[in-house]
Amino acid sequence: MGFLQTNLPYLLAGISTGGQYALIAIGYTMVYGILRLINFAHGDVFMCAALMVIYSASYMPLYISLPLAIVATGVLGFAIERVAYKPLRTAPRMSAMISAIGMSYLIQNLALYVTGGLTKYYPPVPFISDSIEIFGAMTKRVTIITPFVTLVLIVVLVNIIKYTKIGIAMRAVSRDFETAQLMGVKINSVISATFVIGSLLAAIGSTLFFSNYTGVTPTVGGMPGLKAFVAAVFGGIGSIPGAVIGAFIIGICENIIKGLGWTTFSDAFTFVLLIVVLMFMPTGLFGEKATDKV
Amino acid sequence: MLKINDLHVSYGGIKALRGVSLEVPDKKIVTLIGANGAGKSTLLRTISGLVKAESGSISFDGTEIMNKQISSICEKGIALVPEGRRVFVNLTVEENLRIGAYLRKDKDKIKEDYDWVYELFPRLKERSWQLAGTLSGGEQQMLAVGRALMSRPKIMMMDEPSLGLAPLVVRQIFEIIGQINKAGVTILLIEQNANMALNVADDAYVLETGEIVLHGPGKELLENEQVKEAYLGKKQS
Repeated sequence: MGFLQTNLPYLLAGISTGGQYALIAIGYTMVYGILRLINFAHGDVFMCAALMVIYSASYMPLYISLPLAIVATGVLGFAIERVAYKPLRTAPRMSAMISAIGMSYLIQNLALYVTGGLTKYYPPVPFISDSIEIFGAMTKRVTIITPFVTLVLIVVLVNIIKYTKIGIAMRAVSRDFETAQLMGVKINSVISATFVIGSLLAAIGSTLFFSNYTGVTPTVGGMPGLKAFVAAVFGGIGSIPGAVIGAFIIGICENIIKGLGWTTFSDAFTFVLLIVVLMFMPTGLFGEKATDKV
Repeated sequence: MLKINDLHVSYGGIKALRGVSLEVPDKKIVTLIGANGAGKSTLLRTISGLVKAESGSISFDGTEIMNKQISSICEKGIALVPEGRRVFVNLTVEENLRIGAYLRKDKDKIKEDYDWVYELFPRLKERSWQLAGTLSGGEQQMLAVGRALMSRPKIMMMDEPSLGLAPLVVRQIFEIIGQINKAGVTILLIEQNANMALNVADDAYVLETGEIVLHGPGKELLENEQVKEAYLGKKQS
């Protein structure tokens, strides 16, 4: 019992952090799958979602402001794609990447301007921010809820991609832009849908994340964003199951290392893991294998 | 049905088509033969909207479709079976067919068309759950044709369907092209396999460096000395 009591919180925290990373990682991996673009602004979308909740919560009750902020984040993702990436559709890939970096800084600096550089605090969300006790270990309820929310969302997403028309179109577009167009698929709507879905998931992830770590600064999206990106690469970028499994592995390992008393090294661990994986499995766990002949 | 008039297209800095005019009558098979780089593929890609034309006109059933949106051209009933098959290798056979019917909303008719495609290509039915990437070249070509048919096209344009296929498979494909045509679909066929193409075609055009140099019924061109020498590999005796 004593062992469980000391180690369970870390394991739970790990599963929970993993779920939050997973929700962000899906946005990276889906956009990469279709556009072969790393959307560097995605971590900042995650931060913006939190700021929108904070600012709107001071004018209206949380049950309105929360869904509103999530929808607004979807709109933000749509707008980012239209402004920063769509005009560069036929440009070399490097241009879109630089545009992504620029977008990331733009959002961070706008946030800095709006917040005045002060740390803003996420409002406690009733029910999920409450503290509870399991097996003698104290934790917030969000820790327990996160993995379930994550799994439900992933099941919904996977079914959308597998069975709906837009899902089949997404997979077709990810393989062959031109032929998909010949089938009558409107590439731009498919790409927009991808950004909207990715941003909605990041917004939900942000609610879960900041219910636990309540301080929001303009650069707060950086670290979780980077780790989610590592998770996506680890799982094989472009693959949704890969991103999810990668995110859970990173979340759990990171927290176990914290539990062992090496908190200082937990971030370093994530990146060492990335280097090792890329050395031995350049395409990640579930990445597309290079196909020579089709 | 499809009428092209004085079409000029530049592609990658080169003038690929210089004033091409041709006509595809309703319910007929028309073929376009020519060497590599003559501009055959460019012509089909321009009709389907993938490549923008500089000048000229493309009219389909009386409406101008030149430089229109690809999806609206597709919706009018023009389907392209692209060069090199280009099936979606990461989708199953059934999903490939489903995306072929992407713009259609008439569910019952789509069901009929699945049955029709599976009847034309029983092999596809056997493999409906397989990923298209696991099919052989011939089966992929069948799938590419089936996928185009799923949009219920009025005209089906085919870009070198015989490319890289065994002679026996090529014969099969051509037989099916005939069947599809009998079912009322107009066909515009591009081929390097001139012998096969001219044999099935009602009407044929020869394209050379972006210009039409010959035009006539398929059987007639088959006997034409110029064509024989350049495309059929028969020496004049």
